[in-house]
Amino acid sequence: MTFWLILTVNSVAFGGLLFLLSAGFSLIFGLMRIPNLTHGSLFMLGAYFGASFMLGVGGVQLNFWLAAILATALVALLGALIERLLLRRLPGDALAQVLVTLGLSFMAADFCLMVWGGDPINIETPSALVGFTRMGPAAFPNYKLAIVAIAVVFAVGLWMLLDKTRLGAMIRAGVDDPDMARVVGIRVSRLFTIVFALGAGLAGFAGIMGGPSLSAYPGLDQDMLPLALVVVILGGTGSLLGSFVGSIIVGFIYNFGQALLPELAYFVLFLPMLLVLIFRPQGLFGRHIL
Amino acid sequence: MSIKRRSVLKGMLATGASIAALKAPAVHAQAAPFKLGLLTVKTGPLAQGGIQMEQGVLTFLKEKNNMMAGRKVEFFSADTGGNPAGTKTKAQELVERDKVDCILGPLAAFELLAISDYIAQSKMPLLSLAAAEDMTQRRPNPYFIRASATSGQAMHPMADYAAKELKLKRIACISEDFAFGHEQMGAFQRVFEDNGGKIVKKIWPPLVTPDYTPYVAQIEDCDGVCQGFAGSNPLRFMKAYAGAGMKFPVVTGETGGDDALLKSFGEEAIGLTSCIPYTLDLETESNKRFVDGMLKNFDTVPGQYAGLLYVNCMVVEAGLQALGGDASDKTKFVNAMRSVNLTDTPRGPVKFDHLGNVVGDFYIRKLGKDGAKYGLKLWNKTIKTYHNVSQFWTYDEKQFLSQPVYSRDYPPLKP
Repeated sequence: MTFWLILTVNSVAFGGLLFLLSAGFSLIFGLMRIPNLTHGSLFMLGAYFGASFMLGVGGVQLNFWLAAILATALVALLGALIERLLLRRLPGDALAQVLVTLGLSFMAADFCLMVWGGDPINIETPSALVGFTRMGPAAFPNYKLAIVAIAVVFAVGLWMLLDKTRLGAMIRAGVDDPDMARVVGIRVSRLFTIVFALGAGLAGFAGIMGGPSLSAYPGLDQDMLPLALVVVILGGTGSLLGSFVGSIIVGFIYNFGQALLPELAYFVLFLPMLLVLIFRPQGLFGRHIL
Repeated sequence: MSIKRRSVLKGMLATGASIAALKAPAVHAQAAPFKLGLLTVKTGPLAQGGIQMEQGVLTFLKEKNNMMAGRKVEFFSADTGGNPAGTKTKAQELVERDKVDCILGPLAAFELLAISDYIAQSKMPLLSLAAAEDMTQRRPNPYFIRASATSGQAMHPMADYAAKELKLKRIACISEDFAFGHEQMGAFQRVFEDNGGKIVKKIWPPLVTPDYTPYVAQIEDCDGVCQGFAGSNPLRFMKAYAGAGMKFPVVTGETGGDDALLKSFGEEAIGLTSCIPYTLDLETESNKRFVDGMLKNFDTVPGQYAGLLYVNCMVVEAGLQALGGDASDKTKFVNAMRSVNLTDTPRGPVKFDHLGNVVGDFYIRKLGKDGAKYGLKLWNKTIKTYHNVSQFWTYDEKQFLSQPVYSRDYPPLKP
């Protein structure tokens, strides 16, 4: 009984983290059609930046939340620069975008190794979230429960942003018909920079939020990128609901697959992705066909 | 760090160049620089250990003023990228282009296996950390020397300690699903079960596992856990383990409790018992010199990768000294290195068996706050030393070698 309870709660918590990671990926991939392979690196940079701010930069040590905000802002800024300086020049050229973003991810990995060295850096759990909550026979770390709550808040917030605000309407217009949007006076290129920065920031935020359980280490980027890909393909690109449901599904498949069929863990993880690609290429809730 | 490395290299290259420019007639072997190669990993997930390896070598060279047995040392460091193909290429470069006298490294078993035949053909002495058992057991390579440990060499005493002193009876094993993990757990199982314990389960997460909780949830019906994780994985395993509220004592081998991880571990790792060939807290002259050197040169405390590479350098130096500085005959050179008997190295006394594997001390340590030095919050404190541990533990060599190499399913789980 405890076994199932632990796995269930952990699945949901892992799904929450995956949502933070993949929502940004889905925005960029689904709305702007850019297969952004630096997404794992942005996640890793978020973790490293956050860890550095917590350990102290220039003698100032920040608490977890301030470090998270600052790291998120920094990664978002980095995302904006990548879009503005590189990807802007390659509109619609998926192959070039894949190569550029893949190259950037290698550079980012070496950059992290140079700056932070190879030793993994521990990120302390924020003091308010240390401890357990008891549910029947099992105890759950408060930190994991908090991730679920944060993911839900972000999901609602992003949905409101895209569906209920003027900015969201402009983004949707810019994506559906960029030329017409420009004609009516929407600065589409600036919007795209904003979307990319938002997606990057989300990845960075996920990096620091995942830090207390994953820590920051070389190779973190390559560990996370495939998971974001699976979620987005499963859930459907450009759909927040898809990312959310996809994250939870992958969270469950990942946890239960590894616990019950450890030998087939990766097979079980990627099989649903294959099935979806064959039978419903746009994903469960997708807007576009890939 | 890279600046320091470059300046060291530059200095050495300049020396080499000036000797070439002089074109001294009848150059003696002793006058030419001794060429030391290193195969390491400086990029990717294995870089943590790889960078430490290079730091260990550079610390040694700096301490010795770039001299070994009266010869100037020219140092060639190559980054294999952590893959077999890259290792092969770099090994060929070191042997054929740079014409090194011996090679330190590589780090991982799959890298080592990619070059083992080539090394034997080109008669190049190789001192590697890679732990693959059969390199010094059922398929020995006469040019291979291992001053660190086989996969099982630290696990044998760990199991002995777990059974006899921790009085554990039923242990669940968990380690990465690759040869190093399989061999460690096989070794632990044999000695633990020979001492009356029982392995209830062996769990094999893949090398890349962001969250260990689903595996931790499978640990049950036991009174202890043996983990064999490497790289940064021990960190995440211990977090997931504590996060799931697990309380059974955890024991581990050389990579699972490495001192290089001390600055990254948190409270969740307190109580972890490990067995390792190099420990930071060993109070000997040479270890003190070495640790001071690491702190001065790189502002970091060494883990076993740095420590064991430093030891490798000592073995090379001693071998070279025994031959009066002449390393031109590689077969003689490798035999001289295998015959060394060092009484004081950072890992304690070092000598080799006839297969080129170390017979040395192994340290059981308990992780806690007691005795922490060098600005660390946590510390591995040695609580018992096993002296002169061979790769065959207390078993008879012939009988040991007649059994299959440790693997995923050997020894098999008892019903």
